[in-house]
Amino acid sequence: MYTAGLAAAGTPRLRKWPSKRRIPVSQPGMADPHQLFDDTSSAQSRGYGAQRAAGGLGYPASSTSSQAAFLADPVSNMAMAYGSSLAAQGKELVDKNIDRFIPVTKLKYYFAVDTVYVGKKLGLLIFPYLHQDWEVQYQQDTPVAPRFDVNAPDLYIPAMAFITYILVAGLALGTQDSARRFSPDLLGLQASSALAWLALEVLAILLSLYLVTINTDLTTIDLVAFLGYKYVGMISGVLMGLLFGKTGYYLVLGWFCISIFVFMIRTLRLKILAEAAAEGVPVRGARNQLRMYLTMAVAAAQPLLMYWLTFHLVR
Amino acid sequence: MAFTLYSLLQAALLCVNAIAVLHEERFLKNIGWGTDQGIGGFGEEPGIKSQLMNLIRSVRTVMRVPLIIVNSIAIVLLLLFG
Repeated sequence: MYTAGLAAAGTPRLRKWPSKRRIPVSQPGMADPHQLFDDTSSAQSRGYGAQRAAGGLGYPASSTSSQAAFLADPVSNMAMAYGSSLAAQGKELVDKNIDRFIPVTKLKYYFAVDTVYVGKKLGLLIFPYLHQDWEVQYQQDTPVAPRFDVNAPDLYIPAMAFITYILVAGLALGTQDSARRFSPDLLGLQASSALAWLALEVLAILLSLYLVTINTDLTTIDLVAFLGYKYVGMISGVLMGLLFGKTGYYLVLGWFCISIFVFMIRTLRLKILAEAAAEGVPVRGARNQLRMYLTMAVAAAQPLLMYWLTFHLVR
Repeated sequence: MAFTLYSLLQAALLCVNAIAVLHEERFLKNIGWGTDQGIGGFGEEPGIKSQLMNLIRSVRTVMRVPLIIVNSIAIVLLLLFG
């Protein structure tokens, strides 16, 4: 359902990337697997139809075979109809229940990425200083998918970076000097610790958003996405630390800390302060200042956590 | 010992306990955080204090029964493995 929206959203950009033009075209192409599936079933039913037609034709000719066909056909048809309705019912039930516990359709949005987007976003994380337009584009009240907008939050990079961080941490613990400190359960410990910090951060931000009564379109998943970008810098720092020792670690991590600070401020400012500015009314000073402090605090927490989660890995 | 998910859960449980234990008449009224105090005028944006009071009241109302269950589970777990 979003792909239609995406295709519509992509139209203004078609001039830029002709390759994107294929997406609306491939829309019917996307239906091809479905078509294939339908084809097989229809072929089956066509087979039944042919059989039935043969039986119908044969009815006046030979009574026994037509009798068999007559008996066999309605039963099998009914069974098929019953079975397919049962399957559809089950599928609907599963769909409904999955949607209730996990917002699948919402999550799909965050994974609608492609290679160009991931490359651009990583570039933005490394060097956010020259990027001008930080506004997430909207298409009829729904944000445009990450594929078409570099500023949109995605979960692909955070998820992959999180897994990579855990593996890199294991590598760093395993390849260190004399003390072989690696054991398999350390991987689980690293993952648990990183997840706990992430959850704590999200909870703290949600609580402060509630306390300052900011009505923002920032959802929890958005927050997880934005907070997850810091793992990219942590991975780079630890890898550099493995290659070049402490100096490389501090240089790369410092660069990424400054970058992510700028990145977070420029992104969150639009999300947290935008509403105040958009209201048009002169906002009371104290409240606006609180929002500003909140933005700064969230951005400033990133470098601290990046250092805290990696410094024990490099020595 | 590292800061893990389990310790985060434990900390959250202790924090919710701490909120739930605040007594309306004996404590909150005395420091001016009672239910009927500090209610803003109509159409006025609620400040941090009224939001906090709202949060405390909600936690005390909603979490009373679940906290009993979760606390007893935590006690049993700590007795067995702690």
